Amino acid sequence: MDFLRATTWAEALRMKADRPDATPVQGGTDVMVEINLDKGRPAALLDLTPVTELAEWSAESGTVRIGAGVTYSRIIAELADRLPGLAQASRTVGSPQIRNRGTVAGNLGAASPAGDSHPPLLASGAIVEAESVGGIRMIPIGDFYTGVKRNALAPDELIRAVHVPERRGPQYFSKIGTRNAMVIAVCSFGIALDVAARTVGTGIGSAAPTPRRATEAEAFLAENWSPGDPEVSRRFGELVAAAAAPIDDVRGSRDYRVHALAVMARRTLGWAWEEHRRTS
Amino acid sequence: MRVNVTVNGAPMTADDVWPGESLLYVLRERLGLPGAKNACEQGECGSCTVYLDGEPVCACLVAAGQAEGREVLTVEGLASGEGELDPVQQAFVECGAVQCGFCTPGLIVQAHSLIARHDGVPADAEIREHLAGNLCRCTGYEKILDAVRLAARRKAGS
Repeated sequence: MDFLRATTWAEALRMKADRPDATPVQGGTDVMVEINLDKGRPAALLDLTPVTELAEWSAESGTVRIGAGVTYSRIIAELADRLPGLAQASRTVGSPQIRNRGTVAGNLGAASPAGDSHPPLLASGAIVEAESVGGIRMIPIGDFYTGVKRNALAPDELIRAVHVPERRGPQYFSKIGTRNAMVIAVCSFGIALDVAARTVGTGIGSAAPTPRRATEAEAFLAENWSPGDPEVSRRFGELVAAAAAPIDDVRGSRDYRVHALAVMARRTLGWAWEEHRRTS
Repeated sequence: MRVNVTVNGAPMTADDVWPGESLLYVLRERLGLPGAKNACEQGECGSCTVYLDGEPVCACLVAAGQAEGREVLTVEGLASGEGELDPVQQAFVECGAVQCGFCTPGLIVQAHSLIARHDGVPADAEIREHLAGNLCRCTGYEKILDAVRLAARRKAGS
């Protein structure tokens, strides 16, 4: 195994072009587990932590560009007002030690269906900024996840940043786990209301081969914009559950996940609508 | 490969480091600092918690090469002088917040990071949240919480 240490972004892109078999490592909270437990051994590690510009975020024209090195701890501390859904999801990641190291870009690179940041990214329509020596590619989040732990990155590409639209209304994230910390989601759900447009964005986690939106549920709510109506929210929950394709595994059964998704969708919609009524 | 890292204020060098090796392994097996404990090796238990550039992290999840040029503070470096414990360590002793002791170094570093950034006494919910990534399988945590409250009260009162 080789250890490649990039000190600038340009150097990182050149290294990845020369060594497409290198695994980029930032917080190490997924990559190092694989190595420590001998589940997989990359040909090379490409350390991106010295690339300081990755650890910055910026906001421009209603969108936050989160550099690939920005940790969950910083998203919680610095972006909870602009990106409440992503900040809520970040609070449920691992433990403080994990949140001090882990990044959203790492979550995207690993592309586990259970990753906590995926539902809020889907719900708010994020865009992944991927780059190689050949140029920059902006990948809509819905096209990014291609299979279980697979994503749309080309072998020579690295994630530079993720672009997340700022909140246009209340956002909520809900996650089922066996305790209140250090859990991989049994299933999870993110919701983002766009109050002015009278639409809702959704994201389902850990209940299909990839994180995914519940597009029929979104369309139903847009056509029946009465989120406070119990019949509408019940139907919304049903449609979210219908969009999932979960499996039975060690963390939960298919049936439980379908049931839990319907409940989480209905509840988060209720929380979001209640916040909207309270604050408008 | 060679890794240069400042540990507890002293520049140190480790040679023949395997590229997939963790900072924890380097600390324990190459630099003679066995305070941070090796347990789960997947960031679940917090036994290996150390400061990396001022932030508490699981040393098992930091690739050794990522520590190049950085500053690490381990449990061995918390006490300021010979024979004198850090106030958090002292509180753990006084409260009996130790049983088998394996989780203790990680808990002390993690508790230290909470008290360091807090001027008052943190609410119980905040203490629990801060220590959620540190598993103890002996004590039931009550005396650990007592120790954190005691250390925080002493700092707030001083």
